[in-house]
Amino acid sequence: VIDQDVLQRVLGVALGNGAEFAEVFVEDRRSSAATLDDRRVEEVTSGRERGAGIRVVTGETTGFAHTADLSEPGLLEAARAAASAAHGGGGRRTVALEPRSDHAAAGRVVRPGGVEKGDKVELLVRADEAARAAGGPIRQVSVGYGDSHRRILVANSDGLLATDEQVRTRFSVSCVASGDTGMQTGNESIGLTRGIELLADHPPEAVAAEAARRALVKLGARPAPSGTIPVVIGPGSGGVLFHEACGHGLEADLVGKGASVFRGRRGELVASPLVTLVDDGTVDTEWGTLAIDDEGHPGSRNVLIEDGVLTDYMWDFLRARREGRRSSGNGRRQSYKHLPMVRMTNTYLTGGADDPDEIVASTPRGVYVAKLGGGQVNTATGDFVFGMTEAYMIEDGRITEPLREGNLIGNGPEVLRTIDAVGGDFSMGGPGTCGKDGQGVPVGLGQPTLRVPALTVGGTAA
Amino acid sequence: VSQAAAEPLGSPVTALAALAGEVAGRARAREQVEVYLARSTATTVRAYGGAVESLSQATSAGVGVRVVRDGRQGFAHAGTLEPDALAETLDEARDNASFGTADEHAGLAVPDGVAPAPVDPWDDALAAATTDDKVALALALEQATVAGDPRITGVRTAAYGDGRGEAAVATSTGIAAAWRSGTCYLSVSALAADRGETQTGHGVSVGRRLEDLDVAEAAGDAVDRATRMLGSRPAPSRRLTVLLDPHVTASFLGVIGATLNGGAVLKGRSLFAGRVGEEVASPLLTLVDDPTDTDSLGAAAFDAEGLASRRNALVEAGVLQAFLYDTWSARRAGTASTASAVRSYATTPGAGARALAIAPGTLGEEELLARVGDGLLVQGVSGLHSGVNTVSGDFSVGAEGLVIRGGEVAEPVREVTIASTLQRMLRDVVAVGADRRWLPGGTGSASLAIADVSLSGT
Repeated sequence: VIDQDVLQRVLGVALGNGAEFAEVFVEDRRSSAATLDDRRVEEVTSGRERGAGIRVVTGETTGFAHTADLSEPGLLEAARAAASAAHGGGGRRTVALEPRSDHAAAGRVVRPGGVEKGDKVELLVRADEAARAAGGPIRQVSVGYGDSHRRILVANSDGLLATDEQVRTRFSVSCVASGDTGMQTGNESIGLTRGIELLADHPPEAVAAEAARRALVKLGARPAPSGTIPVVIGPGSGGVLFHEACGHGLEADLVGKGASVFRGRRGELVASPLVTLVDDGTVDTEWGTLAIDDEGHPGSRNVLIEDGVLTDYMWDFLRARREGRRSSGNGRRQSYKHLPMVRMTNTYLTGGADDPDEIVASTPRGVYVAKLGGGQVNTATGDFVFGMTEAYMIEDGRITEPLREGNLIGNGPEVLRTIDAVGGDFSMGGPGTCGKDGQGVPVGLGQPTLRVPALTVGGTAA
Repeated sequence: VSQAAAEPLGSPVTALAALAGEVAGRARAREQVEVYLARSTATTVRAYGGAVESLSQATSAGVGVRVVRDGRQGFAHAGTLEPDALAETLDEARDNASFGTADEHAGLAVPDGVAPAPVDPWDDALAAATTDDKVALALALEQATVAGDPRITGVRTAAYGDGRGEAAVATSTGIAAAWRSGTCYLSVSALAADRGETQTGHGVSVGRRLEDLDVAEAAGDAVDRATRMLGSRPAPSRRLTVLLDPHVTASFLGVIGATLNGGAVLKGRSLFAGRVGEEVASPLLTLVDDPTDTDSLGAAAFDAEGLASRRNALVEAGVLQAFLYDTWSARRAGTASTASAVRSYATTPGAGARALAIAPGTLGEEELLARVGDGLLVQGVSGLHSGVNTVSGDFSVGAEGLVIRGGEVAEPVREVTIASTLQRMLRDVVAVGADRRWLPGGTGSASLAIADVSLSGT
């Protein structure tokens, strides 16, 4: 998109006030979406966001400016603004960029630009029909298709020049069912770093049927219990538990500020020996997968907790650079308008040895969570919540009645320590959007069946 | 770069309006075109360890175009105001319009004769403020927080931020509107530690000019909220009365506002469909959405479809009065838009609350505590997006706060949840505080006591 000579001149100006580090991040993102609701294809939309963010570091201070003007004068103006924000003093340096081989993980997928809009709309109609066919109580269906094609370029004053092309496609169905006890909702989403061809492997009808099933099941749901109880979490989307219970607390920026309960605990036993937790940007086509992060460093597989021992935190380039170590490929940003920070990619608990059926059978009374919604954590205290969007009672070792929605609350270090069963049925869950300091990025999650002997369930029943 | 993009922000907004009108004027026969343009500048300064951690200067602009033809709607957007991009976006929206389902209610807003209120939430002083002044505020905020109590070990973030923006919307159906706004804020998250335990507390201050910002208030709130949680523990499960502080009430009102969206009502996704005129809440509760109230940070003369803002009474003394409508949902419901369209340039408009406010009650802090007697003062909630369902009404969130015993605040509590249903909570309101204040997001909030809520803990 931009000549190497221009990038070198822009970096030179960015360093002009005597800064020690400068970076240009260029992004060109095309997106399209189509929504169906209330039996109507409401709209087909498309968008384009293109621009550059320039970051300049002097000592402990980062200056940042961005522009949608990718001409050389536009970039130079942003470079001067970022440099003056990070005001140091001193001379000017020159930068020689060394291009790395392009990653272009998107090379194997169908690019959204080549897909007929009518084909996307057709997928919506198929899902709507399938959801309504699930039963009379299904009163409302909404279906969303969205794709994005993101090309990025990172150049920095260390000489790095890297590019990547990322294609993501997401398809989701949401149903409302109505019965004697009121209305209930059911949702299902599929999202991968692939093109529209992912809908061939995950047909719209299957996504719709799952959403409808959830809404119908909950028509018979009773209020969830209130208080502390054993909780068994099924495979897949239960990975939210680890994302919240310790994922955020293992981000080096929060650790560095003393805002994490996991600070200073590397090498210590912080979890049950059954727990091995990995953050992995290289998992094939998962929602959080990336060839390079938004600072130009390769995504990688990082073991965070191994057999219960905290092995490492996640790092972005800036913090890694200060510590004299390598970035772990976790520097991400929502767009060129945002500063990068430490973010998760695909975070998952690896499979264990227990039989999932046996985990349930050996739980006399508890809650079985088949699907988790989102969650939230206070990393300083370790307290976290996560929502259950499909859950059941466990009575006498058997899964029985469905429960209404609600949050569960626990304390990260305590929950990690007490996990007493991990199944062999590992699976990745659906696509997630992780929010931190106002920025959302796509993340993946996964886990096998597991049991926490005591979690607080936020229901209303005694 | 077009002339409108090069104008200084704020004065006059007519350059942006003229550009919107020019593009909307390209509508072809049998076609309606709406052009929404926005541009903004923002500064964020974060202080850490007595120095500037980061200073961001952001300038953004964008266009969103809707085309309606034969009852079908198409939309496209782009993050620039360059002439070529404006033309491409219009073409793309046109192309997208051929794929929608025809809808007799589709169509853009038309002038409805309501005169705009004299609302211009803009202060030239904010535009004139220097970066040095902003940096000084961020540094002072961190310093005041750290000095506020010996148990404060630092901050997670201490930030000054501001944003100034203008928007214009023009349609081939006769709409032409432009408006601007500017706000600034201080936000700090304090870390308090004692005997190996760490707690956090948040403080904010908002305004339209730097002089409105109160460093001592934001720092003091963050320090109090963090230190008073030291030693907190889970409490036993029971049913009790909760006293939501104004920040928590604002989150609760946001959820209630979503259930009063006319679009959700029409599509069978609201608890309150068909209940206008009925008593849905305690007689103590009155809710209004009034973007003409300049005390609200959500104030603006127009909604996002270019209709004049107006005061909408939603719940009066517990009786449901009305829902919030944009043009499409109003047409389908057989009523008039309430000028409640909200959007960014990258999204199509939808109905939503813009300046939701609860009518203040009469009770002061001590009277509120006495009224509650025994219960929980809730200072923070978590998991609003994961444990609240505006269709079924299920409400379950993580909570932290202070026990109320014998009408006085006692020991701190954390790692508990509070749960009920939205339907019950509205009816179970037992007191509204006199302490109404305007919060980020434009909400006018006050302390709110709700009875018979399930606390889950030990």
